[in-house]
Amino acid sequence: MMNVILQTKNRLAVFMGAVGLAIGLAASPAPAATANSTADHSKFDELKGPFTSGPEVTKACLACHTEASKQIHKTKHWNWSVVNPATGRDLGKKNIINNFCGSVVSNEPRCTSCHIGYGWKDDEYDFASQENVDCLVCHDTTTKYRKFPAGAGHPAYKPTEWPPGSGRFMQPANLSEVAQSVGPTTRRNCGICHFLGGGGNAVKHGDLDMSLLNPGPYLDVHMSPDKLNFTCSNCHGGDNHLVKGSRYSMKAKDLSGIDVPGRTDGSRASCESCHGMTPHPEESNPKLNEHTDRLACPTCHIPAFARGGYATKMWWDWSTAGKLTPEGKPLKIHNDKGLEIYSGMKGDFAWGDHVVPEYRWFDGNVKYTLFGDKVTGEETVSINKYGGGPDDPNSRIWPFKVMRGKQPYDKGLQTLAVVHTFGKDDSAYWRNYDWDKALEAGMKAAGSEYSGQMGFVDTEMAWPITHMVAPKEDAVECVSCHNQNSRLKDVPGVYIPGRDRFGMLDTLAWIAAALTLLGVAGHGAIRILMNRKEG
Amino acid sequence: MAKIYIFKRFERFWHWSQALLIITMGVSGFEIHGTFAWLGYDTAQYVHTTAAWMLIWLWLFAIFWHFTTGEWRQYIPTTEKLVAMMKYYLTGIFVHAPHPFKQTRLSKHNPLQRLAYLFVQVVINPTIWISGLLYMYYSDWAEWGLGGLDLALVAFVHLAAAFMMVIFLIVHIYFGTTGHTPMSHFKAMITGYEDTEE
Repeated sequence: MMNVILQTKNRLAVFMGAVGLAIGLAASPAPAATANSTADHSKFDELKGPFTSGPEVTKACLACHTEASKQIHKTKHWNWSVVNPATGRDLGKKNIINNFCGSVVSNEPRCTSCHIGYGWKDDEYDFASQENVDCLVCHDTTTKYRKFPAGAGHPAYKPTEWPPGSGRFMQPANLSEVAQSVGPTTRRNCGICHFLGGGGNAVKHGDLDMSLLNPGPYLDVHMSPDKLNFTCSNCHGGDNHLVKGSRYSMKAKDLSGIDVPGRTDGSRASCESCHGMTPHPEESNPKLNEHTDRLACPTCHIPAFARGGYATKMWWDWSTAGKLTPEGKPLKIHNDKGLEIYSGMKGDFAWGDHVVPEYRWFDGNVKYTLFGDKVTGEETVSINKYGGGPDDPNSRIWPFKVMRGKQPYDKGLQTLAVVHTFGKDDSAYWRNYDWDKALEAGMKAAGSEYSGQMGFVDTEMAWPITHMVAPKEDAVECVSCHNQNSRLKDVPGVYIPGRDRFGMLDTLAWIAAALTLLGVAGHGAIRILMNRKEG
Repeated sequence: MAKIYIFKRFERFWHWSQALLIITMGVSGFEIHGTFAWLGYDTAQYVHTTAAWMLIWLWLFAIFWHFTTGEWRQYIPTTEKLVAMMKYYLTGIFVHAPHPFKQTRLSKHNPLQRLAYLFVQVVINPTIWISGLLYMYYSDWAEWGLGGLDLALVAFVHLAAAFMMVIFLIVHIYFGTTGHTPMSHFKAMITGYEDTEE
């Protein structure tokens, strides 16, 4: 009897314990970003402030993190300049012209609202200044810190209207609160610039947008909080603030193997650096692992981009810009989904969601059409040309978002134009909607002289698709490529079963088979007829 | 009319399992080629590869059997009665002329059959086999020192051989009906016993 009671009690205890644990788990708050840190920044007197500007906060950070700014000074994030090792040409945001907003030159205070520093408002910027490094934009964990969109990298220090004339005001963040809450980078920190590139959420990349702040597993198996909950730096992190993985010089095929610390290049910015070149399990179809030599992982594992609920911009035609309302404000037209399809400031747009990428050979080398490179205006300009081909074993087939549009070029100088779009002066396009003035000012800032003749040229720009990796069940099916209307229908130089035919052989052989059938049928028919006669 | 035992047990097993595998390979192969969609590409590919290995095993057994039993001699080509056979199929068969060839255990196949089967065994089969294995191991070419080989060429040869097999199959099945009765050859291939005009 005693035994029975004890057992019952034990069971009850176990049950109560389980309930308690379940309640505890459900109620426990999400771990703070700084949970693993040995320093609680809210306890530092240096960070109590009050601070009146970003650089003041940076000075406080530098008091302990003495080398931080010097490290930042060596990064792409700071310099916006990347020398392409293959060509020696100076690329990076500072130097290229894209087919979204154009170029940074002459438009600094607007563009540099995504610079990792403070105060880059013109070409006089001091790139050696340590206190101009913005620590907070990457390390804020309060989500309250925002750079002001036209503040040359500074946040709003007093309530400031944005967009101008909208009646909406950006409120200043409490800088000491932000400074005391710093932590490792989150998806939001990176996303605040990288998800909003090109002028708004989802506009630029196609595979990076605000849906990745909290993605479901269907959208990204690595970043989903239900799966691995990766931050960007889980893959892109590196020592000395050097963020890994750049579009300017990519590894189209990472043969260095799974990255064991000390043995390889220490970069985890390729799929292969964790998954290797034979990522599919033993029991799967061996053909899968045999595809990795010619197909980049995202070609199958990212079936479409802009899958998170936000459309991405696919077409931007600057040539139609300039239409104003009767009140003199830029005309805006939205489609029934609420997407802006015309802006008097920018021209016509087309958007796409769940877009099937375009597929091209890629060897990791990218060749840009820079300012000064010859543009005749007659053919479509590739803003960036991706190298590689079927005969190069280091090339693989990659998925791309291809952004197309029309943008200004200088007919006389035969080059893509640098356009002065943003500014308070009379020549800025968004002030006076006068292309000649805007080009004159832009080209002058780029160290050239506008010929006086401008036109619009068709351009395209390719963006490799690497994010929004779907669960394996949603990977691209074999038949999507292995059929006559293949996803890879425009990829040259490789025989793909199911996609490719041998015109003559297919036709002649079926005719031969049909004739044979006809022949034996005829022979048989004669036999039957003769039999009947005899019969 | 007498019955003689022509096709031994292994031979019949070999014939029918080979028939099944070749038809399976044909159906799945032409789906892989994109001629139609039925099983789904990946299933077709799986079926094709699996059947290929089974067929290769079967062939190895069959080759072994042919050499140990001496049955390979059945395929030695001969011109004896070759013209007579052709004439028979072109005219004689329609008027029930006597069959020019007498089937025995030592000589199962008429001279036309000998030529046809020899062609299958020394031309079509090896071509399909070699091109198919190369196709399957495409990723290893560079390792094997065959980096210069072109997949499109291998696929072309493989497909051409497959078409030859299709044509062989049509003719072979039709000639199956030219026995004593339309079904007698088929029965013989199942029971092993063939009717002879004795």
